Amino acid sequence: ADIISTVEFNHTGELLATGDKGGRVVIFQQEPESKNQPQCRGEYNVYSTFQSHEPEFDYLKSLEIEEKINKIRWLPQKNAAQFLLSTNDKTIKLWKISERDKRPEGYNLKEEDGRYRDPNSVTTLRVPVLRPMDLMVEASPRRVFANAHTYHINSISVNSDHETYLSADDLRINLWHLEITDRSFNIVDIKPANMEELTEVITAAEFHPDQCNTFVYSSSKGTIRLCDMRASALCDQHAKMFEEPEDPNNRSFFSEIISSISDVKFSHSGRYMMTRDYLSVKIWDLNMETRPVETYQVHEYLRSKLCSLYENDCIFDKFECCWNGNDSVVMTGSYNNFFRMFDRDYRQDVTFEASRENSKPRSVLKPRKISTGGKRKKDEISVDSLDFNKKILHTAWHPLDNIIAVATTNNLYIFQDKLN
Amino acid sequence: MEVDRGAMDCAVDAQSLISMSLMKIHSSRTQRGGIKLHKNLLVSYVLRNARQLYIREKYAEIYRMQQYEEVMAVCSGIQELEPLEPLEPLEPQGAEDAEPEQPGRAAGCGDESRAAGGREPPEPPYYRSCCMEDQFSQNCNKTTVLDLDTHVVTTVENGFLHQDCCCAAAAAPQCAPGAAARKRKVDSAGCSPDAEEPSDYTAGRKRLKREECSGADASNISNLISIFGSGFSGLLSRQADLEQVCSKQALASLGAWTRAIVAF
Repeated sequence: ADIISTVEFNHTGELLATGDKGGRVVIFQQEPESKNQPQCRGEYNVYSTFQSHEPEFDYLKSLEIEEKINKIRWLPQKNAAQFLLSTNDKTIKLWKISERDKRPEGYNLKEEDGRYRDPNSVTTLRVPVLRPMDLMVEASPRRVFANAHTYHINSISVNSDHETYLSADDLRINLWHLEITDRSFNIVDIKPANMEELTEVITAAEFHPDQCNTFVYSSSKGTIRLCDMRASALCDQHAKMFEEPEDPNNRSFFSEIISSISDVKFSHSGRYMMTRDYLSVKIWDLNMETRPVETYQVHEYLRSKLCSLYENDCIFDKFECCWNGNDSVVMTGSYNNFFRMFDRDYRQDVTFEASRENSKPRSVLKPRKISTGGKRKKDEISVDSLDFNKKILHTAWHPLDNIIAVATTNNLYIFQDKLN
Repeated sequence: MEVDRGAMDCAVDAQSLISMSLMKIHSSRTQRGGIKLHKNLLVSYVLRNARQLYIREKYAEIYRMQQYEEVMAVCSGIQELEPLEPLEPLEPQGAEDAEPEQPGRAAGCGDESRAAGGREPPEPPYYRSCCMEDQFSQNCNKTTVLDLDTHVVTTVENGFLHQDCCCAAAAAPQCAPGAAARKRKVDSAGCSPDAEEPSDYTAGRKRLKREECSGADASNISNLISIFGSGFSGLLSRQADLEQVCSKQALASLGAWTRAIVAF
């Protein structure tokens, strides 16, 4: 139940939310930069913990609904409180996280501990005053968006209009208004009339960062469709479809599996989008549908191991990817607690490992190398010694700074740039 | 589909992939959170790819056998003109032929997976081809072709169309319970069914009647391959107990079927 299932910075980067398999949300807050160490950015400490979703049982279908948090998305901050959307397989909830650092004291009819005073004993009146108290962070569910998805929700995305958001399951995408919980609009439906003809499912969806009418969704066939909500109420007809033809030389039993897209993310600029499939990360220019503009191999050495990875189910792992603040670097996870960064400008890539044994706090991460050839050099790790149980599926990059959050199975690592 | 088999690291024969895939589908039903549509769809693709390769290899082998048999038949024809010794019953070739036939019978199970409720009752079973019975094997040297898109089946036997015999009459009484067991939603095999369509979910979990398994392991695998021949619909909710599912009678009890594709 401690397995981290999603990681997300808020829009300022001050808060970092994680969701886990047990339905809990833990929010970390960055400490303000201290005057003693102006060079050092603040650390992230636990700010709030709450139970977002509980396991449920669908009696009609005899199905248990997992409480695992699939995605968390922050809303842009409008007032003192913070809002986030968290979702499991079936239900999305809007949570309000607010601080309380004062409490009223001096009631006339109540004692300080809450017991009611005998009205006859009241001889004078006083005005209650607010006194400071220890900071308390409260999380309260403000909206529950339920019963709109037959299949498992895989994505939620807040629109740039800050009023609506979309939720996507395997076959449908719904559009919600944040204030309205009893109805949603279905904007994409790829369910075939005859389920025997099912050939692909929706794997991820996201709104464009600036254009509130545009969103994309990726499929298990490796295609991405861009839709314009102005075109029609039901966006089954895509405005653009992005697909790269398959390389016939690489055809195998598992071609369909490894071409399935596990994550899609727009760049902050809105000009590009990034997709992650099992072995690679691809950057697409929204103006060019025929092929990606950049392709980065995450762990090509696994191509010859697909059969074992199929056997142990690792081939179904859904890796996420993320952009840095200025879209110059992209990051994604791999196995053996490795994560990879690709610098688009300098055409460099680097592999790091997130583990307590191999790096002490405050030490500089050492780049890792995987030996693919016959001879293994010193410090290189051979492919056969990789631990496929240690996988990094979820990573997040601070929107403004070079701070990254990397989730291994049970632990969250936060790394930052060395400053001096 | 050309498969880069050289790149595979483990024992990638189609059979092991098929059994692996079936086990995954089977275990996905008891997973918490319900059947994952995406994962099962991907597994079905692997199953389809493995099946295609397996059948292609199998029929390449059978084709070679047929060529050999044709030569033998000519020789025995010559022998008949000079009846010096009794003919051996062509058991081996019957068994060979039975294999491609059995897959076909199984494949139709996939087609039969229909939504419960508003849909019409299961179609009457196709007639089972004679070749499945060993006693007919001497007369049968047939190949059947199935168009997986239109589901049109044609049977060709040594140049003339073969009349399927009416073994289905014997099979028909067994169809009813089988049909009930399979009368469940197509998509519940792979995902949570829609709320608006009634789901016969628990029915799908009923075990098939235990029947003894017939045929060699190879033919069982062929049956299983063909169960999933018609795409995603092959992912039925039956308990994927290999021995149960592949037995001839169990398949007959499932109602209509289609025959395996023959590539030649």
